[in-house]
Amino acid sequence: MIGKRPGSSKPSGATFADRPRREAPPKAPARKPANRLRTGPDPRTQRPGSGNRPSGVGKAARFTAWRRHHLAMAADSLARLLAAPVGSLMTWAVIAIALSLPVALYVFLNNAQLVSSNWDGTAQISLYLQDNVRDDAGRRLTQELQLRPEIAETRYLSREQALAEFKEFSGFGEALSYLDDNPLPAVIIVRPSVIGVDAQQALVQQLQLLPEVEEAQLDLAWVKRLYHIMELGQRMITALGLLLGLAVLLVVGNTIRLAIENRRQEIVVVKLIGATDAFVRRPFLYTGIWYGLGGGIMAWLLINLSLFWLDGPVRSLASAYASDFSLIGLGLQDSLLLLFGSTLLGWIGAWIAVGRHLGKIEPR
Amino acid sequence: MIQFTNVFKRYESGHEALQNVTFTLHEGEMAFLTGHSGAGKSTLLKLIMRMEVATRGHVTIDSLNLNNLARRHIPYLRRKIGVVFQDHQLLFDRSVYDNVALPLVIEGMNPQDIGKRVRAALDKVGLLSKEKLNPIMLSGGEQQRVGIARAVVNKPPILLADEPTGNLDPQLSAEIMQLFRQFNAVGVTVLIASHDLDLISRMGLRMMELSQGSLKQDGAYA
Ligand SMILES: Nc1ncnc2c1ncn2[C@@H]1O[C@H](COP(=O)(O)OP(=O)(O)O)[C@@H](O)[C@H]1O
Ligand SMILES: [Mg+2]
Repeated sequence: MIGKRPGSSKPSGATFADRPRREAPPKAPARKPANRLRTGPDPRTQRPGSGNRPSGVGKAARFTAWRRHHLAMAADSLARLLAAPVGSLMTWAVIAIALSLPVALYVFLNNAQLVSSNWDGTAQISLYLQDNVRDDAGRRLTQELQLRPEIAETRYLSREQALAEFKEFSGFGEALSYLDDNPLPAVIIVRPSVIGVDAQQALVQQLQLLPEVEEAQLDLAWVKRLYHIMELGQRMITALGLLLGLAVLLVVGNTIRLAIENRRQEIVVVKLIGATDAFVRRPFLYTGIWYGLGGGIMAWLLINLSLFWLDGPVRSLASAYASDFSLIGLGLQDSLLLLFGSTLLGWIGAWIAVGRHLGKIEPR
Repeated sequence: MIQFTNVFKRYESGHEALQNVTFTLHEGEMAFLTGHSGAGKSTLLKLIMRMEVATRGHVTIDSLNLNNLARRHIPYLRRKIGVVFQDHQLLFDRSVYDNVALPLVIEGMNPQDIGKRVRAALDKVGLLSKEKLNPIMLSGGEQQRVGIARAVVNKPPILLADEPTGNLDPQLSAEIMQLFRQFNAVGVTVLIASHDLDLISRMGLRMMELSQGSLKQDGAYA
């Protein structure tokens, strides 16, 4: 409540420091000794002719008062939200759902990335050798390559083996047997140990430079698809995040607009008796902050409950593939980021509502 | 000191609420503003409060020209002016104490000092025993006195009242007017809009009469 005083009010013996005389005043003289109401312990009188600024209170005192009002408004706006728990919970839930969608996608993508990087069979590179490279040279090269750190495993396929494999898998076996010559080159199959399309692409370019190699080819289909899906996922997070962030702004903005409308009379009165815009704004900005923070906390709970719920099945599934994979959740940093972001959204939403609606409420 | 110099006020509707109004109210002076309903009394007070701005001419408070007053300075002007409204503009979601404390909370006074000031003001209007009640439980006259306590609690040098006795019986009205006189006696500049000529005439103070937005008469009550 704007300026509402917490606590009780016990009457004390305090009286007007300079109580006016009770007897009838003298007949309206045109001038009187300058404003005696202003004498007394009031520190403001120490600055004469204090123009039009927050009357002569010192900087430190003004800061104390400012902080006091901030604390009071933070507490008061929270108390107001808690006093209407159903409505507040609904707003928090809407914010939480909006926030948890992109965050859930983000968590899913993190896990997918982890799975795919754990997967060794991601990519393979085929090195087609020059025709003039003999079998023993090919085998030697295969062993040399095996020693490189960026390569996990190598396998040599002689021309004959290549033909045999081709016959087996292609279904053209019959047709090939009519050819006099084996048209296939010898191949070294390389499984890279480096992860990521870029690193693997670089490895291919290195291998291409080997004199024995006619052509080096990265079997990209799988990796590329995964990579593109990841990129798509990331863009979806961004788009969803922007869209649903906007939704949060609108929800908070609209809720604050109603709060402003409900307190119209109060706003008019405090403006009439000298409240600054900042003073009038403050409770509503705190309301926005509480909506944002509450929504963020609820989103965090939603995500973690879902993860907890999914973790069992995921573990069983992983163990079926002889993997000890388990879901990773939101780390501390991501969690704090979520709470900070949601609070910020609430605050911005409140600012938008306040900027649009508070200025229009003027005493008339 | 309140000074009007050839002030015109035309509302957006095109209505000329004030026309060529010129007067000076000195520091510590007390005066009445009278006139028929619609004469422009409330408009004149609103110009002092900077709730409205003069269309032509100048309104000056303590050598501060309100025409050029920046929006962010308006609150500090209003803290120097206590206002009593006919409909008293109290907030019914809080106690009498909290209503009266509001101007001090806005100024950022610390709670102990607020307590002293609020009780002094309530004592002055004879409502000290009702500080914990909700103003909705009070009679019209008591509500009006809460409004007065709130108007004077921060010891403003200027006190304005717009028909403060409008809804009250003669006895209560006279008491309220006595209160205003007491504030004036300690140096507060007081301007009261009222059409209660009976009451005003008995006070024997300066009276300004508005008619159709023009100042028709200005002087001690004849
Ligand atoms: N906001 C407004 N817009 C248009 N006309 C107004 C407004 N306020 C007052 N008026 C008109 O200005 C004239 C003076 O009004 P007011 O100052 O309230 O008179 P009084 O207080 O003496 O009764 C009236 O005719 C009234 O209808
Ligand atoms: Mg009026």
